[in-house]
Amino acid sequence: MLDDTDRKIIQATQSGLPLTPQPYHLIADQLGITAEEVMRRLSAMQNSGIIRRIGAVPNHYKLGYRFNGMTVWNIPDEFIDELGQQVGQLDFVSHCYRRPRHLPAWPYNLFAMVHGKTQQEAEQQIQQISELLGGYNLGCDVLYSTKILKKTGFRTGKPPVTD
Amino acid sequence: MLSPLHKQLLNDYQRDFPLSSRPYQDIADTLGVTEAEVLSAFTELNADGFISRIGPVIPPNHIGVSTLVAMSVPEAQLQVVADKISAHPEVNHNYEREHQLNLWFVLIATDAEHLRQVIEAIELETSYPAIQLPLLDDFFIDLGFKLDLNNA
Repeated sequence: MLDDTDRKIIQATQSGLPLTPQPYHLIADQLGITAEEVMRRLSAMQNSGIIRRIGAVPNHYKLGYRFNGMTVWNIPDEFIDELGQQVGQLDFVSHCYRRPRHLPAWPYNLFAMVHGKTQQEAEQQIQQISELLGGYNLGCDVLYSTKILKKTGFRTGKPPVTD
Repeated sequence: MLSPLHKQLLNDYQRDFPLSSRPYQDIADTLGVTEAEVLSAFTELNADGFISRIGPVIPPNHIGVSTLVAMSVPEAQLQVVADKISAHPEVNHNYEREHQLNLWFVLIATDAEHLRQVIEAIELETSYPAIQLPLLDDFFIDLGFKLDLNNA
């Protein structure tokens, strides 16, 4: 379980680690703890899966991946676990989630993000997912993003702790 | 233009950023460059928008409560509606997408009640229904994204 100090560390690092020689020391000073404790807690949160990874977060669009498609699929519920895991393992897929359908407007329950430098590259990736799903694909669509209207790091809109 | 050092940092440090007293020095030692070079390369990547940050990546729903939300908004009103939505600090991503449901955003709140309040406020402010599509299962094993930087 996370305690207040863990939450403060996450809050303090979500806009990015400082670009100074000793970034963990700087965060530690802000929170009134030692750098060793900051590192120990980050490591523990990574081991428990609270933190998925620590590193540079690339901006796909800026790096030339202009065709970012949210692919959505209608998969029978009884097969979605197995097929979702297979899609999530494709190396060009950056997110893969099950979400509820919202009928009639939204029949899709599997979401997978693909990123291509060209429309053709994105379409090849979509074709690969389609072949993997085969006859279990009851319908699909691709929603390309036409405009990024807002993108920030993780935040809940409220401070994670109240003193 | 990206230098070889920029590309190495982009591809090799999406994960396993060192948890050490001098992480940039440790990266420099591994790559055979100086700490100052690593720091300035990361600073450039950041300033030019090639990376959004260096830091911990939190999977959805591990802290707080989140949902993906879809809305159908007439094109002429899209920017105004999107600005109203983005003004909420709980909104972490907001994209226009090509579909009847053309506005897609992610809300992260501290708990279910907080989430409900924000949805209610957004529906009231925009007068469009918000379709909530919360995550039910995460099938993704995040090892970082393999970037093709040959022409970058």
